[in-house]
Amino acid sequence: MAVSQSLRDNPRLDRWLRFEPDRTVRVATGKVELGQGILTALAQIAAEELDLRIDQVRVMSGNSVEGPGEGYTASSWSVEHSGSAIRAVSAEVRALAIARAALRLNAAPEELSVRDGEFVRNGHATGLDYWHVAPEIDLSAEATGDAAPKPAAEHRIVGRDIPRLDLPAKLTGAGFIQDIVMPGMFHARTLRQPGRGAHLSLDEQALRRIAGAGVTVVRRADFVAFVGEDETAVRMAAAKASETGAWRGGRELRPEQATAAWVAAQPAHDRRIGDAVADAGAGRVSMRFSRPFLSHGSIAPSCALALWQDDRLTVWSHAQGMHPLRANIAATLDLPVDKVACHHAQGGGCYGHNGADDAALDAALVAMAMPGRPIRLCWSRADEFAYEPLSSAMEVEVHATLGPDGRPVGWTTEIWSAAHGQRPGVGGAYLLAAEALETPPPPRKPFDIPEDRGGGATRNGIPLYDIAAKGIDFHLVHDVPVRTSSLRGLGATLNVFAIEALIDELSARAGEDALAYRLSLLSDPRARAVLERAAAMAGWSQRGPAGTGRGLGLGLARYKNSSAYAAVVAAVDVDEAVRVTDVWCAVDAGLVINPDGLVNQVEGNIVQAISWALIEQVSFADQGVASLDWETYPVIRFRDIPNIRVELVDASEHDPLGVGECAGGPAAAAIGNAVAHALGARIHDMPMTRDRIVAALMDA
Amino acid sequence: MSRASATLPLLWKAGRIGHIHPMSEFLTLTVNGREHRVQASSATPLLDVLRNHLGLKGSRYGCGLEQCGACMVLVDGQAAYSCSREAGTLEGRSIVTVEGLGTQGDLHPLQQAFLDEQAGQCGYCLSGMLIAAKALLDRNPSPSRAEIVEALDPNLCRCGAHPRILRAVARAAAVLRGEAGDGR
Repeated sequence: MAVSQSLRDNPRLDRWLRFEPDRTVRVATGKVELGQGILTALAQIAAEELDLRIDQVRVMSGNSVEGPGEGYTASSWSVEHSGSAIRAVSAEVRALAIARAALRLNAAPEELSVRDGEFVRNGHATGLDYWHVAPEIDLSAEATGDAAPKPAAEHRIVGRDIPRLDLPAKLTGAGFIQDIVMPGMFHARTLRQPGRGAHLSLDEQALRRIAGAGVTVVRRADFVAFVGEDETAVRMAAAKASETGAWRGGRELRPEQATAAWVAAQPAHDRRIGDAVADAGAGRVSMRFSRPFLSHGSIAPSCALALWQDDRLTVWSHAQGMHPLRANIAATLDLPVDKVACHHAQGGGCYGHNGADDAALDAALVAMAMPGRPIRLCWSRADEFAYEPLSSAMEVEVHATLGPDGRPVGWTTEIWSAAHGQRPGVGGAYLLAAEALETPPPPRKPFDIPEDRGGGATRNGIPLYDIAAKGIDFHLVHDVPVRTSSLRGLGATLNVFAIEALIDELSARAGEDALAYRLSLLSDPRARAVLERAAAMAGWSQRGPAGTGRGLGLGLARYKNSSAYAAVVAAVDVDEAVRVTDVWCAVDAGLVINPDGLVNQVEGNIVQAISWALIEQVSFADQGVASLDWETYPVIRFRDIPNIRVELVDASEHDPLGVGECAGGPAAAAIGNAVAHALGARIHDMPMTRDRIVAALMDA
Repeated sequence: MSRASATLPLLWKAGRIGHIHPMSEFLTLTVNGREHRVQASSATPLLDVLRNHLGLKGSRYGCGLEQCGACMVLVDGQAAYSCSREAGTLEGRSIVTVEGLGTQGDLHPLQQAFLDEQAGQCGYCLSGMLIAAKALLDRNPSPSRAEIVEALDPNLCRCGAHPRILRAVARAAAVLRGEAGDGR
């Protein structure tokens, strides 16, 4: 396995691993728990390589002072990057420890093995363990990457369904950042600036009147927060203030700006990615698709704690990267980085870049106004919906140039979208409240995640199929009136939806079965294997005729064209609405660390994709985002949950592949193709609502 | 780089911290079988009383709008939102929170079933799910899948753990009926 980027960035062994006096091993990671089970998986990897029990490993996650910096917990990189670093470091430390133990025991290193942290010589306990020799190991050394990790055949803990380490607390009413209480802690809520350039029109007296007794107002330029001991009073003050028309200027949204068509009609920065495709005139088939703006819709509004004491700022946050957060907060507040410490504490699922980072700056701003006072700041439900970054509305037109055999020889995926990667500190993006301070940062320049990091809007824009020339025409729209950033899957959801729809249409034109047609375009054996497995699980060969109201559809992708493979078959019933009844999914994730954890992630990704495909859309009104609660932004509920079966294709001879986002695009695509099969007519736009069912039937 | 203190914002003190609000009064609430006397206005949302006055952090703020179910508690055995319910209206009623179901060392069969099924991802919805499921199983020990779906439908889960949650509730029902063992 190649040395991971994480290990290159943090080469010292002691950034990753430390022997603790209580005879445990502390393993550190820059990746954080978002509900995806990463801390359990990383503990398994360390326990495996060090020959420890899982309960002898403690994972320290997201500590900007002592832990490794690994950027953001994003793009399904955690097992690939952090996992491979921890595997390499653990293997190396085990080898160093065995070498020390061999000297002490006057043994050859080959004679020694490790069992639950104790050295064993030819099957006999030696009375010596890691913690005895730990003082003699120089963990300040840099990793060499020379120690070979265990082969998969010797794994005892990797590959097992170790239960999530964090769930027992979460099932008994604990475990979240929202639950932290500090001595003397005050609660805080912001009066959110409604967009860059909005200025507060309320004066000091008016704000104090709104605050009422026992509530303090903290203000810096156009950043305003209500702060006090009583959370109820603080929340009421902030709610009251937000209803007073306290602002001049700011963003003015219009309903039509919430549509993909509006986004696609804006001026764009155009770029060609990949191969040139010759224009073949009559042999070209094109289809256009769209999806609206989406919310992350975390159940838990963003929360953060901060303390400014002795000229040092400490922040607790559930954001996805504590090292980036520290750098961004330090830069915004004009503090030296070494005066800021950021610690991760677990929050609700975020599924990407939501309000978490911004809440951390909010809390820091309040804390700096109240030295020595721990501040707990929580966003309201409405502010989370209104001001978290949205996932951009998109249009995608797929163009296939056909050869004489009806198979594509050229392919272009044409994409219109705002950026999907605007995490703070990336491409000039910044934390939200920076816009409210005395000198707002310069406006952002057009930027999206580069293709060598998986792309943003362009993610999975290149089909996996054997096509001679494949490329993307990317129209990066810059001036959309809301902040946009990463939501699970990024552009892949619509790109895979569109690609797989056109592949289905091409198979129909060729008069061939959609599965057989795909297989005829696929030489990658791993892609073929998941497709064939999913088809077998679903009984694809029994697929009925089109237009009966009951449909079966396929979707396939390899996430980012570099992570896990997923093939999905969906069965739907369509009358006045689309009802997904069954989903079958096959995944190849290479070496699997925790099979049940993987299946849990894939199931969740499928459920979310059903919600995106059928239900979700952000709406705008003249005053701002209009979908501010769960009635105006409905998401999937229990009554809409189909039967879901997930199987893993064994590929343990391959390196582990990121899996958390692999099934969303294929699931949306499978539903789209199943709906087309059920209706005998295709719906091109998500969400596939009643109106769109009717429209598709009228057009057919 | 300028010193941070040079940029300290204006701080307007609108009132003395910690003084007793004129509307404050004492409420007597029965939570998890114990009577608690708390100093809070009767209009205080039950959720705030539970979390901030009684330190019971298991009931969660999700929306404050009675839409998501993360704040659910049992009131006289019925699943009820606590985020907007005025605490003063609940004197004399029996309130049970997730902390009243079981503890890490002594899990309720529902909690154990959720653990056995690994029914959860981020876990933020789970307190409300457990409460809704408890209310269901107390009135219907043998619910069908459709009845479980109906009972849990008001509760949102954004991670997509629904299939596992449905299995966990069915499993707990079987355990409570004595038809199955749990993972202990």
